[in-house]
Amino acid sequence: MRSSEMADEVTLYADGRSPFVCRVKIALNMKGIKYKNMEEDLQNKSGALLNYNPVHKKVPVLVHNGNPILESLVIVEYLDNVWERVPILPQDPYEKAAARFWAKFIDDKCIPALYKVFSSKGEEEQVITEACEQLQILEDELELKGKKFFGGDNINLVDIAADFIAYWLQLLEEATEMKLVTRSKFPKITEWAEGFVNCQVVKEMLPPRAIMLAYYKNRFGKI
Amino acid sequence: MAEKVKLYGVEVSPFVCRVKYALNLKGVNYEFIQEDLDNKSPDLLKYNPVLKNVPVLRLLHNGNPISESLVIIEYIDDVWKGVPIMPKDAYEKAQARFWAKFFVDKCHPAIFKAIGSHGEKQDVAEAHEHLQFLENELNVKGSKFFGGDNMGLIDICATFIGYWVGAAEEALGIEVVTKDKFPKVIEWAHNCINCQVVKDDLPSRESLIAYYTRRFGKA
Repeated sequence: MRSSEMADEVTLYADGRSPFVCRVKIALNMKGIKYKNMEEDLQNKSGALLNYNPVHKKVPVLVHNGNPILESLVIVEYLDNVWERVPILPQDPYEKAAARFWAKFIDDKCIPALYKVFSSKGEEEQVITEACEQLQILEDELELKGKKFFGGDNINLVDIAADFIAYWLQLLEEATEMKLVTRSKFPKITEWAEGFVNCQVVKEMLPPRAIMLAYYKNRFGKI
Repeated sequence: MAEKVKLYGVEVSPFVCRVKYALNLKGVNYEFIQEDLDNKSPDLLKYNPVLKNVPVLRLLHNGNPISESLVIIEYIDDVWKGVPIMPKDAYEKAQARFWAKFFVDKCHPAIFKAIGSHGEKQDVAEAHEHLQFLENELNVKGSKFFGGDNMGLIDICATFIGYWVGAAEEALGIEVVTKDKFPKVIEWAHNCINCQVVKDDLPSRESLIAYYTRRFGKA
């Protein structure tokens, strides 16, 4: 326990449906950090949220003893710095850099490529090809590592960053009736995803399937 | 440290230069391998198979390659002690990462887009929107660099505004980072450029002007 832990005030401005918010929740859960969850209505953002995140006006925002921290992966690294138990990043500088590289790859390349498939209604073959290319890179990395998770035997920053792929993606596929990640095409990703969503610290934080299905059906419809 | 370090890059790239400045801050000697991005070396493709781009840093004692400039810079800060690039305090570190990410994800691409479109009104407006946040923050901070008295992560990235943007503006006869609108940003960017570790290691202005003319100039 941190010496000042009893006095720590941690508040998370959140939307329970968001995979980015979930990254932070998983990290908080892994470390057993007590926090207050402030659920935001993103159509009607609170004054507090706009005050703490004037640049992006988005969730998640973590406020620790009055100090706001923004950007899901920045928050996760912050939690890892402040609460050292159950480490999320590797200690070794090279392994740490590798983890950051993969987390960034997932954020900058994979997730946008995947969203594009669904927002373009799967109509453009090029968009699908590109998304599958990014997924193949992750598939190859899992194959190379030969472990249960990107982090080895336990989840780390990369697994947490990829939470969208493990859970939300398949719900998006179900809602739109459009399958990208099949077990035959991406066996390693499929296996990894099953392992990830079944982790206790993750399972407890995921939004209910029904809510996400309804949200995606409403947003994207059948493709 | 008698480490052998190799940096794969192109001289004119602001992303590659970010890494150079981090290495310079730490006083690390390195070998620079100039790449031809139209004809990438087998080494580059081997050491960055995922993204196939520069910069890539390799420490020869363990051979491990690292790519993505911000990831490389944090790695450099972890491995070599001496002049710190990241703050020690966890909250300040988070702030540094947030602002560097904002610069790299929003400001830099928006400015680059406005350059590429020869100062198209909509593109410039978007760049200005992002720059305004920096201007406001610098106004509040009142320090020489974003994090205080010493160069940090975002300052290293902001060398783009202090040098590359000026060359691009001259090459194409446009103005993107308007001086009267963003006096604090301009002042800060020049502070970054005037650091010894940067000043002595900039690509020649002629090469930058030639690059921007070649890439975006009117035929």
